[in-house]
Amino acid sequence: MLSDANDRMLARAAREIAPGMVVNLGIGLPTKVINHLPADLPVCLHTENGLTGIGPTLPPERADRNLIDAGGAYVSTVPGSAFFDSATSFAMVRSGRLDLTMLGAFEVASNGDLANWKIPGRFSPGVGGGIELAQKARRVVVLTTHTDRKGNPKLKRQCTLPLTARGCVARVFTDLAVIDISDRGFVLVETRDGVTAAEVADATGAPLVLPNATPPTF
Amino acid sequence: MKLPDKQCSLEGAIARIRDGDTVMIGGFGVPGTPMALIHALVAHGARELTIVKNDANEPGMGVDHLLQSGQISRLITTHLGLNSRAIDMMNAGRITVEFNAQGILAERIRAGGAGVGAVLTDIGIGTELANGKQVVELAGKPHIVETALRADVALIHAAAADRFGNLAFVATARNFNPLMAMAADCVIAEAETLLPLGGLTADAIHTAGVFVDHVTELGTLSKEYDVVRRK
Repeated sequence: MLSDANDRMLARAAREIAPGMVVNLGIGLPTKVINHLPADLPVCLHTENGLTGIGPTLPPERADRNLIDAGGAYVSTVPGSAFFDSATSFAMVRSGRLDLTMLGAFEVASNGDLANWKIPGRFSPGVGGGIELAQKARRVVVLTTHTDRKGNPKLKRQCTLPLTARGCVARVFTDLAVIDISDRGFVLVETRDGVTAAEVADATGAPLVLPNATPPTF
Repeated sequence: MKLPDKQCSLEGAIARIRDGDTVMIGGFGVPGTPMALIHALVAHGARELTIVKNDANEPGMGVDHLLQSGQISRLITTHLGLNSRAIDMMNAGRITVEFNAQGILAERIRAGGAGVGAVLTDIGIGTELANGKQVVELAGKPHIVETALRADVALIHAAAADRFGNLAFVATARNFNPLMAMAADCVIAEAETLLPLGGLTADAIHTAGVFVDHVTELGTLSKEYDVVRRK
């Protein structure tokens, strides 16, 4: 079960999705944002295995054996959905048809570099569609816990792991804060209710530019 | 004029695969994976195969049977996250794995099927996926030369086919199937329904039969095609 902090992060990230957007939600935490989208929001969700217009996830007894998302979950269609092959799917990605993608991360650097596909010697399942999403979506935001399980910061001066793409991340949503990536590095935009700017700065592995006034909360 | 009939038995079609062949296999997860053709390839026993497939399915399904039987020496793929056996075999050096960005794998296969030698792309520039690849400058920016991929044999799953090998796919079972069906010297398609000539409307055909060499009807589908119930 998700903690309240993660749930608030997901709800805040969902507000990043504006009417009319074409959006790809990456495997893991980003996929869960779907549960926080208003049912009447006009938005087109894309999944790289060949579907635009993703409908609700279905339990096994109601699932269509031929209809999954890229994470293997059984999904459904909505009126206006389209199916296409894998080349067409990534033509959409590389040619800039995605307004937004939300991705998970192992590390994000203060210059926007993203590492989310490989931990040498420990985790190397392959990159899937991650590089193309990170490199070519018009806006790339990351959803991640602020620190790893050992408490080490995931937001760093530089990535130490193999990169997915350079300088691609615009904004990071964590369980503590919303942080933008700017020419000045990480900039604190919002904090979770009850979290101080100093706590966010302490948990961040690179300088954090603080706003002049107390930041809004989510 | 009457179009040729390409219907044949599953085993008969698979029999032409030789040791060392490169075999493309359609599918993304279960949808579109030609489970019956894979079982026939296991029974056939060809070894030292190079397999081109988006993923390695999950333990006990699809490509995993070829990993278990030790028939694969090299896997060209995008993501193995749902098959721990594939990752263990890779880490133990029992198979060689070449990871591609997913859309670039699709594009390399499309190039192979379209008679094009390579595609140029900036995808992967500045990452380890560019290592060892030729880079050329185009419009002032570096582009990786991603070479076309072709196979000796492609194994395809279609929802419906006619006897000339025209194919139609459904839902997310389309994925790599129409691309791979263009990119191999011998294309073998299994179809859930095999119709007489004219049974598929010309406008509803996703892969033209010209690309397909053999087509076989599946009959009752095995449980491997069913919805996966994960714990």
